[in-house]
Amino acid sequence: MSTCSVFDGAVFMSSEMKLTEDFKRDTHPDKVNLAGREYVGEHGHTTWLPLVRKIKQQIATDPTLTPEYPPILGIPEFTQRATELALGKDSPAIVESRVFGVQTVGCTGAVRLGAELLRSWYCSSSSWNGPILLSSPCDDSLTGTFKAAGIDDVQHYRYWAAESNDVCVENMVHDLENAPERCVVVLFASGHHPTGAELSQEDWKRVAEVMKKRQLFPFFLMSAQGLCSGSLEQDAWAVRHCVSLGLELLCAQSFSYSFGLYGERVGHLLCVLKQNMLAVQSQAEKLVQTLWSCPPMEGARVVATILSNPAHLVEWQEGVKGIAEHCMLIRERLRERLRLLGGPGRWDHITKPGGLYCCFGLNAQQVEFLIQRKHIYLLPNGCLNVSAINSRNLDYVAESIHQAMHSQL
Amino acid sequence: MSIFGEVPLAAPVAVFKLSADFREDQNPNKVNLGVGAYRTDECQPWVLPVVRKVEKMIVDDHSLNHEYLPILGLPEFRSSASKIALGEDSPAIKDNRVGAVQCLGGTGALKIGAEFLRRWYNGTDNTKTPIYVSAPTWENHNAVFSNAGFEDIRPYKYWDAGKRGLDLTGFLGDLESAPDHSIFVLHACAHNPTGTDPTQDQWKQIADVMKRKNLFAFFDSAYQGFASGNLDKDAWSIRYFVSQGFELFCAQSFSKNFGLYNERVGNLTVVAKDQDNLSRVLSQMEKIVRITWSNPPSQGARLVAITLNTPELFAEWKDNVKTMADRVLLMRAQLKEKLKTLGTPGTWEHITEQIGMFSFTGLNPKQVEYMIKEKHVYLMASGRINMCGLTSKNIDYVAESIHEAVTTVQ
Repeated sequence: MSTCSVFDGAVFMSSEMKLTEDFKRDTHPDKVNLAGREYVGEHGHTTWLPLVRKIKQQIATDPTLTPEYPPILGIPEFTQRATELALGKDSPAIVESRVFGVQTVGCTGAVRLGAELLRSWYCSSSSWNGPILLSSPCDDSLTGTFKAAGIDDVQHYRYWAAESNDVCVENMVHDLENAPERCVVVLFASGHHPTGAELSQEDWKRVAEVMKKRQLFPFFLMSAQGLCSGSLEQDAWAVRHCVSLGLELLCAQSFSYSFGLYGERVGHLLCVLKQNMLAVQSQAEKLVQTLWSCPPMEGARVVATILSNPAHLVEWQEGVKGIAEHCMLIRERLRERLRLLGGPGRWDHITKPGGLYCCFGLNAQQVEFLIQRKHIYLLPNGCLNVSAINSRNLDYVAESIHQAMHSQL
Repeated sequence: MSIFGEVPLAAPVAVFKLSADFREDQNPNKVNLGVGAYRTDECQPWVLPVVRKVEKMIVDDHSLNHEYLPILGLPEFRSSASKIALGEDSPAIKDNRVGAVQCLGGTGALKIGAEFLRRWYNGTDNTKTPIYVSAPTWENHNAVFSNAGFEDIRPYKYWDAGKRGLDLTGFLGDLESAPDHSIFVLHACAHNPTGTDPTQDQWKQIADVMKRKNLFAFFDSAYQGFASGNLDKDAWSIRYFVSQGFELFCAQSFSKNFGLYNERVGNLTVVAKDQDNLSRVLSQMEKIVRITWSNPPSQGARLVAITLNTPELFAEWKDNVKTMADRVLLMRAQLKEKLKTLGTPGTWEHITEQIGMFSFTGLNPKQVEYMIKEKHVYLMASGRINMCGLTSKNIDYVAESIHEAVTTVQ
């Protein structure tokens, strides 16, 4: 056998989760990780709703549930509920049977599958490879997912503006007006990652109008429906509005946040079409078989059980609303602290959007300062996960951000 | 006008279509020998007793967190799963040159391995590197590698229909004529669909050629323990290659041997030359996982990890696995006996010589059609049957049906 490794060519790739790893290694007593993805409660870790534990116990002791291979596209009880949740039970698309859903391995799995579907079949070309438009900024892994599916032409539309610490709709609409016709646009229905910045319903109407006029294809991401505003309908408004305009679209949904089921990887890819649904569904099936064959059952069963039972549904919605309210409360407290600490600055961007993420528009130096000197870990541009702020670390976080923004670094 | 207006309807997967037809069939004597899942003698799916036990343990454990698993998966699952494949005392493990990625079943493990090889195996663009799969092989192998970007997927000779056994000469010939550095997908045991495995001696010959020509071994191990009832025996081929100094991948599935079909429990074991190569490989695989499914699902992996790492549970699991394997062996023996007793023309030794869930009966497509249409016994067009579909109640009927098919249909 040769003395070289066949893997000689593989270069070392530093982990994307480097921030989290650095945080773990950090021994400073006041360290705070604001760069995580999950919702953490006041106590500092993720939890299940009590209802979720109860359902899991039922599942574990249910003799009628068999461990068979599930359908390739997932269990119908789950995909139906997920579809209704996104579009509303009486959506014209559902009534007219021109929508199908695929149970996927988390939101990433849904995005990957959607990307593969587009690459293979968009506009009936044998291999469409873009352009696809992503928001600026956006998660690196989103770009990577589309490229891995074979879509090389990835461009960006302006979304969040540093000057206003908010969405700049004018820029966004301008970029969409000038985008090549028929390109695919990735839109966050609510809960933009990493900035948390949101479009109003009026903004969405403008965006949708441009999409329709220029025949741009919407690929929605909706990872935390209900967690942003506290209302399931409000958080899905943008998707439903596009459907009402007669647009075809894809929507990648996650049930990680709203059920605390991060580890179970419960995702859903919604496909709203004008026609030819069965054919597209059959092609989606073929693609799933090359990715993971069929999806894992545990999490989807929990979600389906809860969404199908009126009493459970109410209890779950209350839980989701509670998370949304908790995030809003933290945002208000943070804003108050910063206001009291003085110094110029508007703090609307903290409390205007809901949900997990918030962006302070910090420059690289300021972010570095917070990480290295204050042991507060956050994402580029000063984007952070508000749920990781609690009564124990609020003062320290607020003071540190204040320092980062107003001292000579 | 829909942008998807011209998308053609894809042909249904043969094995699922077969099951669908079976479900709709009203005949009281119907038998399903199609899909590859274990069935008890009552023709029911079987939740392994150890699995039931551990499931309850998991749900009652309030200390477990529900966060995303690490991208590469649950560490205690990955290491214990690799140990199962390579052996507790594997020198490669002792040398710290074995790693793993928790994946979505065996399919997911093949997927991640394929995506890695296409990017990093022999230079940074392996789209033209030949992938060899056995003729025949599991029908999804082709699609997984093709979708990962490999353009040149070729068959290697494997099944000899004439003698109903391994075509070793053909196999070795294809190994010799393969371009150096080609990738070969090998079935570790219980070949799907033929049930025919190389003997230990034959594996040695195969390994010799592969070593000489720097061919890459990508093992597919979906039936460890299920084939002979013995975990070590079923992993012999993988361990032999490791002992010969090969770097290799092994896509492991725990669907069959844990009966966890629906929780998608798989593991891609990586054996590298040394620790440095291993860590670079794993870092690149992490990147690939991140843009495929991000993090793997926790339920099944936890279950397997707890079982493999707890001595009493491990013993109970091995026992459950042997129960399944023994039932299959019993059905094989009985089917062969009944065909011999009926005096069905042809030889039927291959039924007990073959191993694992599947048997390539040797029935031709016309005979298969007869079985399905006239006798309501469902099997694949290739003549493949799932031995688990046989029970003490239906085995006579199936034997008689095979007899009829062979004697009346040419």
